[in-house]
Amino acid sequence: MIPVAKEVGSLRAIPSGGIVSPTGNPELPPEKEKEFRRQLILRALQTLQEEV
Amino acid sequence: MNRIRVVHYLNQFFAQIGGEDKGDIGPGVKAGPLGPGRALQQTLGENGEVVATIFCGDNYFAENQDETIDALLRFAVEHKPDLLIAGPAFESGRYGVACGAICHAAQQKLRIAAVAGMDEDNVGAGLYRKTIYIVNSGVTIARMVPTIQRMAALGLKLAQNRPIGKPEEEGYLRRGIKRNEFTAKPPAERAVDMLLAKLRGAEFHSEIAPPQFAGSKPAAALRELSSAVIALVTDGGLVPEGNPDNIEPGRPTRFTTIPITGVDSLEADKYDAVHSGYDTAIANRDPNRLVPLDTMRELEREGVIGKLHEFVHSTGGAHAAVENATVIGKDIAQRLKAAGVTGVILTST
Repeated sequence: MIPVAKEVGSLRAIPSGGIVSPTGNPELPPEKEKEFRRQLILRALQTLQEEV
Repeated sequence: MNRIRVVHYLNQFFAQIGGEDKGDIGPGVKAGPLGPGRALQQTLGENGEVVATIFCGDNYFAENQDETIDALLRFAVEHKPDLLIAGPAFESGRYGVACGAICHAAQQKLRIAAVAGMDEDNVGAGLYRKTIYIVNSGVTIARMVPTIQRMAALGLKLAQNRPIGKPEEEGYLRRGIKRNEFTAKPPAERAVDMLLAKLRGAEFHSEIAPPQFAGSKPAAALRELSSAVIALVTDGGLVPEGNPDNIEPGRPTRFTTIPITGVDSLEADKYDAVHSGYDTAIANRDPNRLVPLDTMRELEREGVIGKLHEFVHSTGGAHAAVENATVIGKDIAQRLKAAGVTGVILTST
């Protein structure tokens, strides 16, 4: 969805886990999925700390 | 045909009263054309007559808008106008808003035709382009004569109840109006023609105006994550079980505010995703896949972030009209700011 985010003027956007599970990945076992979510959120928080 | 009676609105500068130092003069009127009104009269020729010029200082208008409009319309009525022409105001914001406001009022209260002129990026254009005809003047006064010519031509058509062409033909700003038209070719052929023209690098015109998105200023970067207050927002339609605020699964007009104080993780039996634009089954089995509450609580406990905001705001963003989405977004942003939130993670589907 990054091109859509850009088109509507979003200034800080990162690729997610997908349209139906932005902060998850149902293919992964539960523990791995939680780790995936954690890394994604850490990346989002990192992006909030960057100047645009 | 009778000559169309035109009243022309100008600010203090174009009415030749003075510059910024005269911005606080009140509403006034003079018989006949003034300043740019002479070019207007020349363009109208035998078809119309500038019977009076009404004017006001830009600052006075801005500070006393309602009384000023009433006074100016009273002056105008004495000259029995068929048409009001306002400006052009180019890129002057206060003058542009005044032109838009006086045209709008003339249409509403006097039931006469009205045309304003200003640059597309003038604040007045944003406020009034949907309710009145605004000829795009560009930013420079060098465009005075061609702008006046277009305003006069459009104004005469309006006053004489003649059909008005498309924005690009007549030179006015798009008003967001769709009109049915008869064409010989069915849509599929027109679409293929457009595609072929595009592939050839030839000119083509879409029949649908794409929505325009206003850009926004980037917020400054977060300095200290460990003291930051982070909020979670989603357009993926998260709701508490039963959808108590009754948010729409698509074409949203509102959002829901979900309290999460004391909630450590989004349990599948307590939350739902309501959204007509994607398969919600996977998010429903574990709503943390849509709104990462469990992870945020972890990071809060570890001190990575200062605090997680006590509410999640959510809307079902399928087929959202830009106008509604803008209202929803502003409302959410204002609430978050008022609550002292310093950063937002918005999960989008």
